Amino acid sequence: MAALFYILAAVAILAALCVVLQRTPVYSALALIVVLCSLAVVYLLLGAEFLAVVQVIIYAGAIMVLFVLVIMLLNARQETPLDRSRLARWLGAPLLAVFLGEVCFAVWQRYPVKATAAAVIDGGPRAIGALLFRSYVLPFEVTSILILVAVLGAVVLAKKQP
Amino acid sequence: MVPLAHILALSAILFGLGAAGFLVRRNIITIFMCIELMLNAVNLAFIGFARFLGSLDGQVFAFFVIVVAAAEAAVGLAIIIAVYRNRGSLSIEDFDSMKL
Repeated sequence: MAALFYILAAVAILAALCVVLQRTPVYSALALIVVLCSLAVVYLLLGAEFLAVVQVIIYAGAIMVLFVLVIMLLNARQETPLDRSRLARWLGAPLLAVFLGEVCFAVWQRYPVKATAAAVIDGGPRAIGALLFRSYVLPFEVTSILILVAVLGAVVLAKKQP
Repeated sequence: MVPLAHILALSAILFGLGAAGFLVRRNIITIFMCIELMLNAVNLAFIGFARFLGSLDGQVFAFFVIVVAAAEAAVGLAIIIAVYRNRGSLSIEDFDSMKL
């Protein structure tokens, strides 16, 4: 279990690097699908079965298909490199490393490695659904309105102007 | 069992990479994908905390984040199509009509 997590973490980080470093959008999209699928397996390891399936169906399925479709539709090619300022080129990566180290240190101090997990939780559809329709009914209904607005907005925005 | 600190560290690394890509890349579609990467990093933190606090509330929050990300992707890509129709370009260097 633990070894699988570290393998998946390495795959996710390498694929995320690929997302960031690729100049061609379609390669970034394919690398992002790898990140999403490996995170879905991590969710499975953490006891979130329902969310793992939702991640694959909605994220890796619907959203990424939408992205790839738009990339093909707009014929997005390789972006032209930009001459950035010399300060950004030399300080950017070290500052990112410092930031990540700082965050990891803060996490490590607050949550020591020896912290034990609570009892195994059940993240199946039955448990999530019960919680969603009892404690979180109002957010759930608001979300449905949000999706309705998003559908209308997407149609209006992408419509050809008269 | 994987300790919580390692899950949060993975989440922080993915979020940092997403933020760096958001600032470095010039193609608006790639920038949008970096936003999705950051949202996923946050989801991982939610699910890790849900596992270690023994409560399902974190998973429900992650579910809402996924739903909002789907809506955001639909609207955002529609905006990208509309902008591309007006400007004929996907580089954010060309989207400067609101610049002072």
